[in-house]
Amino acid sequence: MYRYVLKRLVLLIPVLLGVSFLVYFILDLAPGDAVDVLAPDDATQEDRERMREELGLNRPLVIRYLDYMSDLVRGDMGESYLSGQPVWDSFIEKAPNTLLLGFASLVVSVGLSLPLGIYSANRHGTWKDNVSMVLALLGLSIPNFWLGLLLMLLFALRLGWLPSGGADGFASLILPAITIGTGMMATLTRTTRSSMLDVIRQDYLRTARAKGVSERVVIRKHALKNALIPIITIIGTQLGGILGGAVLTESVFSWPGVGRLIVDSLNSRDTPMVTGAIIMTTMFFSVVLLLVDLLYAFVDPRIKAQYATKKGGKSNDNKQKQKASA
Amino acid sequence: MTTSKSKKQAPDTAPVKKQRGQWAEVWHRLKKNKGAMVGLTIVVILIFIALFSDVFLDYDTDVIGVNTAERLQPPSAKHIMGTDEYGRDIFCRILYGTKYSLSVGVVAVIIALLIGVTLGAVAGYAGGPTEEVIMRFTDIFSSVPNMLMALVVVAALGQSMFNLMLAIGITSVPQFVRITRAAVLTVKTQEYVEAARAIGLRNYRIIFSHILPNCLSPIIVQTTLRVASAIISASSLSFLGLGIPAPDPEWGAMLSAGRRFIRDYSYMTLFPGLAIMITVLALNLVGDGLRDALDPRLKD
Repeated sequence: MYRYVLKRLVLLIPVLLGVSFLVYFILDLAPGDAVDVLAPDDATQEDRERMREELGLNRPLVIRYLDYMSDLVRGDMGESYLSGQPVWDSFIEKAPNTLLLGFASLVVSVGLSLPLGIYSANRHGTWKDNVSMVLALLGLSIPNFWLGLLLMLLFALRLGWLPSGGADGFASLILPAITIGTGMMATLTRTTRSSMLDVIRQDYLRTARAKGVSERVVIRKHALKNALIPIITIIGTQLGGILGGAVLTESVFSWPGVGRLIVDSLNSRDTPMVTGAIIMTTMFFSVVLLLVDLLYAFVDPRIKAQYATKKGGKSNDNKQKQKASA
Repeated sequence: MTTSKSKKQAPDTAPVKKQRGQWAEVWHRLKKNKGAMVGLTIVVILIFIALFSDVFLDYDTDVIGVNTAERLQPPSAKHIMGTDEYGRDIFCRILYGTKYSLSVGVVAVIIALLIGVTLGAVAGYAGGPTEEVIMRFTDIFSSVPNMLMALVVVAALGQSMFNLMLAIGITSVPQFVRITRAAVLTVKTQEYVEAARAIGLRNYRIIFSHILPNCLSPIIVQTTLRVASAIISASSLSFLGLGIPAPDPEWGAMLSAGRRFIRDYSYMTLFPGLAIMITVLALNLVGDGLRDALDPRLKD
């Protein structure tokens, strides 16, 4: 298992290299550069050239990238063109806010979709099931930022129960978390329902019922436990959606997180800031996906047994996963 | 669009009669799904609006024409969705905006479809190092959250409708690569593929006329659902000010403009959002219906 983790972490290096390369080069495609944004309007051509030299922007792209990378591997993400502050400092200042928001959204989404999905599966084919599925589909179809605006309008501007923006205590977390959570909830509810439906038809559930186990225990211990793998997979992949959705929700609610940092830096052509923040986000996302893979082992003893017998055979446990989630 | 093109390819592979039967069967199953039919009706109406908006609306007067005398009017008999800060009728602008959202959604997905299906098919069919390279590249691309990637691309290329399509299209490629590759892997071991190879057909011929037509189901479903999410992404980027530039009535951009007036003129944010939601909901209903119709085994 440790070998497997190590292998996955090593595989992460080329991915991150690729991402940094991609982002750095795509950003360079844009006409103009940070100097156009930074320089005061009355700056002469000479002033601008001097600024370019100070920022190192006069060098060819490949040299700049290699320079950036050689700093990066030594743990230095460079300085923001705009503020001159180290990228790492700005990132680490905003990251906890986004993490907090992401975690809260996850709580909202899991808290709503697991019960709703299980409820739906239990009443498969009834109008209650249909209503829950329509709700889930609505959640999938509502643009997140619009939902955020509507929630803000109702609860902050009209009723005045909750603050309309900023990151100031628990109350300000509620609306953004609901906004992101609802978007995630839709897919998760549907996955929970179909995964539960698969399990509900299994013989071992009939056996459990036949031996007189109470319905609650049947659902919780026998059904849900076996239905968890696809659910966990979706939660993992949706975290990427949270990080992306956070860009919009943070902008709607003026939440001082990484999403807004990236949008602001994009607008001011702050390449080191954007690249750094995206690399960190990607790394976080990849590590979460790795953790999700490891979580399978704790949920499903069959997969755990595989880690024990085969030393980190990646293709093998992928097959097992597919089997389990099929 | 592309799907119907590929549908036409299908009869190549098998006796025409039998193949037609299969699609008729799918249509028959789809017709029984009320949600899908409601969705399909809405989609057809939206396509109609998008195609003919230039006929019944004049862009210069109805859509972007400024009318300060009637600015910020709440919904009334004359302006059923009210007017915006320039006195433009919101209902007209939303109708006209259908064109933008639908075309961005469709073109973005066609871009993704062309690149993704080709790469996925090649990866699945060729295997070996080719597959490894394509899949690793896909991994790199999909390890950045979609929205962030689209943001970066559109910020770099500049604000325009085509760049928006390109940005969203590129970020949707990995899903199509994965889905196509998975489907090709299951089909390529079938006997008829072996037979095609045995009679000496060229690889591209085998891929495009023997393998892909048999992988269509997941690709069609994914296409419909991706158009829905592409429309959301497009309006999201426009909302952030990185999509279709003003004064074009893109729904996300209208929302973003209405946001400043949300306290007193909330209808300005209400209606464009509703338009996005209805469009996306309709496409999702069709996509779900197609999934059930194409593969009844998946239906619970």
